[in-house]
Amino acid sequence: MGLTALPLELEIPSDIGCIEGAVAQVIRRCEEAAFSRHHLLFHVPVALTEALSNAILRGNCEDATKSVRVRLVVDARLLVLEIEDDGSGFDLEACTADPTTPDNLGREDGRGLFLMRRLMDRVEQFRAHGNVVRLTLRHRSSDGRAA
Amino acid sequence: MSFTVKKHADVTILEVEGTLIVGNRQELKQKVLEELEAGTRKVLVDFEHTTYIDSSGLGVLVSLAKKIRELGGDLRLANLNDDLQTLFELTKLDTLFQISESRERALESF
Repeated sequence: MGLTALPLELEIPSDIGCIEGAVAQVIRRCEEAAFSRHHLLFHVPVALTEALSNAILRGNCEDATKSVRVRLVVDARLLVLEIEDDGSGFDLEACTADPTTPDNLGREDGRGLFLMRRLMDRVEQFRAHGNVVRLTLRHRSSDGRAA
Repeated sequence: MSFTVKKHADVTILEVEGTLIVGNRQELKQKVLEELEAGTRKVLVDFEHTTYIDSSGLGVLVSLAKKIRELGGDLRLANLNDDLQTLFELTKLDTLFQISESRERALESF
């Protein structure tokens, strides 16, 4: 992280209605840090929405007594997001299906982890106090090189 | 975000303003189901004013397309921006839906 790295910590209820507002707060902080605007219109909101949705629906099972914690550190070149729920965790590799196969293409579900992994440079899952998904994205110049 | 329903001849047009995500997908589904109940069989979803769609939003489109096809109708999409087009290509859903670059083209295609 550079000298201008900006942190943000949020705690949101296990309510899918809170996702859009949380994503908007993260995007605003990323804009303040001058992170790639293109990535803030698409990659970050979609991947973060997927992570929050999983945390609320699968991790916390929409239990109103549980919350989801979001931690962001971002500067102009690098964004790291951690989304932590109170669930027991999951096997990232085993749970990531390919939704583009003929058998899966017509399914209503099963695209969330796939999209996260395609839109972020790195997706990790590990146990801390709770179950954590970490999303990492580097800014790229228009020719695709990491800045 | 909001959804607006409009009519053009026998086509029902749904405009998605803002996002189509896990928090509002049921609202879109309900609006389309109400239109199907009223006899609509041709549905166009217009994404001209849509910022982003998540996997739940994609899922509800897949589910509605299946339902409408079972009823002998068709669901088509229009006005995807470059990012949304990328989303459909990444998931290969561009092979499942007929996607037009404009509302006019989509209406002509029914």
